[in-house]
Amino acid sequence: MYTFSNRLKIGSFIAMGLGVIFLAIGFLSAPSTVEEAKAIVAAHDDGHGGGHGQEAVSHGGDQGHGESAAHGAEASHDEGHDASHDEHLLHQLQNKPWAALYVAAFFFFMIALGVLAFYAIQRAAQAGWSPLLFRVMEGITSYLVPGGIVVFVILVLSVMHMNHMFVWMDADVVAHDELLQGKAGYLNPTFFLVRAAIFLGGWIFYREYSRKLSLAQDESDDDSNFIKNFRWSAGFLVFYLVTESMMSWDWIMSLDPHWFSTLFGWYVFASMFVSGITVIAMVTIYLKSKGYLEQVNNSHIHDLAKFMFGISIFWTYLWFAQFMLIWYANIPEEVTYYVARFQDFKLPFFAMLAMNFVFPLLVLMNSDYKRVNWFVIMAGIVVLAGHYLDIFNMVMPATVGDQWYIGLPEIGGILFFGGLFVYWVFNTLTKAPLQPKRNPFIEESRHFHY
Amino acid sequence: MASHYEAPIRKPLVLGDKGYHDVTVDIARPVEGKANKQWWIVFTIALVAFLWGLGCIIYTVSTGIGVWGLNRTVNWAWDITNFVWWVGIGHAGTLISAVLLLFRQKWRMAINRSAEAMTIFSVVQAGLFPIIHMGRPWLGYWVLPIPNQFGSLWVNFNSPLLWDVFAISTYLSVSLVFWWTGLLPDFAMIRDRAVKPFQKKIYSLLSFGWTGRAKDWQRFEEVSLVLAGLATPLVLSVHTIVSFDFATSVIPGWHTTIFPPYFVAGAIFSGFAMVNTLLIIMRKVCNLEAYITVQHIELMNIVIMITGSIVGCAYITELFIAWYSGVEYEQYAFLNRATGPYWWAYWSMMTCNVFSPQFMWFKKLRTSIMFSFFISIVVNIGMWFERFVIIVTSLHRDYLPSSWTMFSPTFVDIGIFIGTIGFFFVLFLLYSRTFPVIAQAEVKSILKSSGEKYKKLRDAGKPLYEMPAKGGSKKVEAPKAEAKEVDPKQVSSLLEAIGTFDPETDTADDLKKVKGIGPQMEEALNQIGIHTFAQVSKMTEKEYDLLDSITGSFPGRAQRDDWAGQAKKLNDKK
Repeated sequence: MYTFSNRLKIGSFIAMGLGVIFLAIGFLSAPSTVEEAKAIVAAHDDGHGGGHGQEAVSHGGDQGHGESAAHGAEASHDEGHDASHDEHLLHQLQNKPWAALYVAAFFFFMIALGVLAFYAIQRAAQAGWSPLLFRVMEGITSYLVPGGIVVFVILVLSVMHMNHMFVWMDADVVAHDELLQGKAGYLNPTFFLVRAAIFLGGWIFYREYSRKLSLAQDESDDDSNFIKNFRWSAGFLVFYLVTESMMSWDWIMSLDPHWFSTLFGWYVFASMFVSGITVIAMVTIYLKSKGYLEQVNNSHIHDLAKFMFGISIFWTYLWFAQFMLIWYANIPEEVTYYVARFQDFKLPFFAMLAMNFVFPLLVLMNSDYKRVNWFVIMAGIVVLAGHYLDIFNMVMPATVGDQWYIGLPEIGGILFFGGLFVYWVFNTLTKAPLQPKRNPFIEESRHFHY
Repeated sequence: MASHYEAPIRKPLVLGDKGYHDVTVDIARPVEGKANKQWWIVFTIALVAFLWGLGCIIYTVSTGIGVWGLNRTVNWAWDITNFVWWVGIGHAGTLISAVLLLFRQKWRMAINRSAEAMTIFSVVQAGLFPIIHMGRPWLGYWVLPIPNQFGSLWVNFNSPLLWDVFAISTYLSVSLVFWWTGLLPDFAMIRDRAVKPFQKKIYSLLSFGWTGRAKDWQRFEEVSLVLAGLATPLVLSVHTIVSFDFATSVIPGWHTTIFPPYFVAGAIFSGFAMVNTLLIIMRKVCNLEAYITVQHIELMNIVIMITGSIVGCAYITELFIAWYSGVEYEQYAFLNRATGPYWWAYWSMMTCNVFSPQFMWFKKLRTSIMFSFFISIVVNIGMWFERFVIIVTSLHRDYLPSSWTMFSPTFVDIGIFIGTIGFFFVLFLLYSRTFPVIAQAEVKSILKSSGEKYKKLRDAGKPLYEMPAKGGSKKVEAPKAEAKEVDPKQVSSLLEAIGTFDPETDTADDLKKVKGIGPQMEEALNQIGIHTFAQVSKMTEKEYDLLDSITGSFPGRAQRDDWAGQAKKLNDKK
């Protein structure tokens, strides 16, 4: 049995504490009136000089944002436009701590969901190499419950107009926007929350049930639990295929409610899949370094690192497919999405590409490196940071626009949810033996050598 | 390599009591034997179809593309549909040989050779269409970026059609190299067994001087992995670029970002269906049921089910996002597909591609060979319709309602399509008689871990090897003893086929002159009643099998050494 080391536990508490403080500072320093918002921007610009010029340019490309487009249509004369612009700025700055919270909450939630998909695939494919890692995966997926609840609460608070992240939730905006009226059959607060509840309910149900069967298999004297788990996993994958796409349309794509991309769901999937696999590798290596999981050998690590490499390339493929087709066709209603990112998010946008594609490609290409534990950990940290930035780039342009920066609330969000994630995952790992006993493939996994 | 241990709950991949030599004999049999009547019938049909297609191609090239059913609105139809269909079918071969190799799926070894052959043959068909469509195929080299003397004429690097040229030619070359690398040890096996000097010559050329040294094998495995690593992104890239042909445009129904991965999934879907179609027939005709087992078919059905569901998910995503986008052109394009004049094509596509693979959730159905064959044909048809729907329904309703029209194919369109099917089968049938259709070297590498014989030995706690019995004399006794207990029924049916020996009128020949017949075998043959070259020369595959079961010694020897052929020559010389 694994015992949660005190140092790690205290570390996770400190991270959560610091995170709460940072987030609180972020929320408290958000402006509550238009004047305050203007003052913040003015102070910010003084610090940077030349900021006005940049701002002027960036607003030209801001049409992609649903709210600003809606306001633009509403305001036919300059005065009105100025006022709506100021209010828009206020909303952006008010959104900032919320968006920071949301990005971090979603990022850690998505890791657990990505691991769940990987786990279900291993079970449905009857893979022989991975059963030794099942308990690690089950530990990580346990975070679905707290992580899912937090994300759901943030969505409920958004519906309750605590923030302006999802502009389509604002009845005033919809009243002046024909496109959003057309989508109201799908994008309306009630249906949105009902869908979220169904997605989360399904995923959490499978996770809990599969875990139960997995533990029961250890104690039973036949393979019935194993077979049941196989069937449920195959069924779950069908459910997941549909719900994962819808979840990413709902929770992320609808932040830019005018924009649409059929590939979006699969693109988000690639991001969560590679992040999840990376975390499996990192937790496994950590546990091994503490003397647990003796049977896991470097062939297992090698395989996980191969997946990190392969899925990173797969992510790049989907990223490129989405980007290239939109860029090439250059249809106004689609291309604004990337215009906004190119103009205001140059650094995170290109940094993310370097971290998620160039870096893993170069670093994880060599097969010997994939067996060096510290190397995999270092590569994993960069990949995770890159995919955090990926989510950041999906959420921030629509919510805070050009007012983004990575400051206290963003770091606070990472610290808080990171701490919670570590605490929850490692706490679950103490609940059951780290090595499944009676999985019919456990011998294959033990002999695994490549 | 991975360890030889395998969980007991895994089912064997090679059925029956097959040792290493049995694998060799079984896989060399179709190459060393003679084609039967069915093969000739099917080959003739395929050849006729091919020739008809060739005629249509010549007619097209000599007259002009106007002989097709294209019109000003629908200016791209069967040509590109067939092209995408054939390229798509090719994908399963590379997926099986490369991706499944990387995933260490042992079941790929029985099917990869034929799947890769299918890839190459179908890419050849696909490649024909752009060339024919050029109208002046002798200027085909213009698509290559080579310096030319025509001034500013230069290929358009902005065009996905040009990317296709690169993607598909790269794909064809890598697939060909990959395929041939795998073939080297197997060609060498046939070379070493060949009796006739001409065959020996050909197969030693084909096997590139393979010697089977440890160094050869080490390089073989290394290059296989490298090629698998190269081929995996190629599988994705080829159909991705094919999808770019449509998705980079601004035509509603074509421009959608999900196209690249969804085309790849669809390609694998249709490719596996075609593999199933071909292998279900082949395992029967070539007696390879022990290698291409029901489990193999079941696993391919599962791949069909998964990729079919992914494709279905993409169809629904497209439909939903078309509505969600709020773009009325987009919305109309999809509404028109489902309810417009081409509704029948749309719903055939939906039925064949999305609903029919869902039957594979039932174990009974996916392990039924007849049903798998039926579904594989249905999927092939469905995937043709998918391309037709995407291409024609998006074009036939353009932005100017006065030019809205329909497409109807001419006999030339149909002829060329049928012709490529004929050409494909001509190639595949020739392949199935001259190439080892199963990667025997690879199958042997999993025989100990996944062969039924060895699994049983392991379960019984017996060693997996057998020491050869010492003392030759004793061993010779054994077949003799067996030969004495011959089944009179079998003997009479054998003699019925090759003729009886009448000591009054016929004179016995020295059968030992036939290479492969020694004194013992001659005695055994005489005992059965075979005394003359004339009798031996009439032996075919069926009689060889009968002989093997009667004498019980050296199974397959007679066929391998081609006794009948030798005897015929000796008889003629007499």
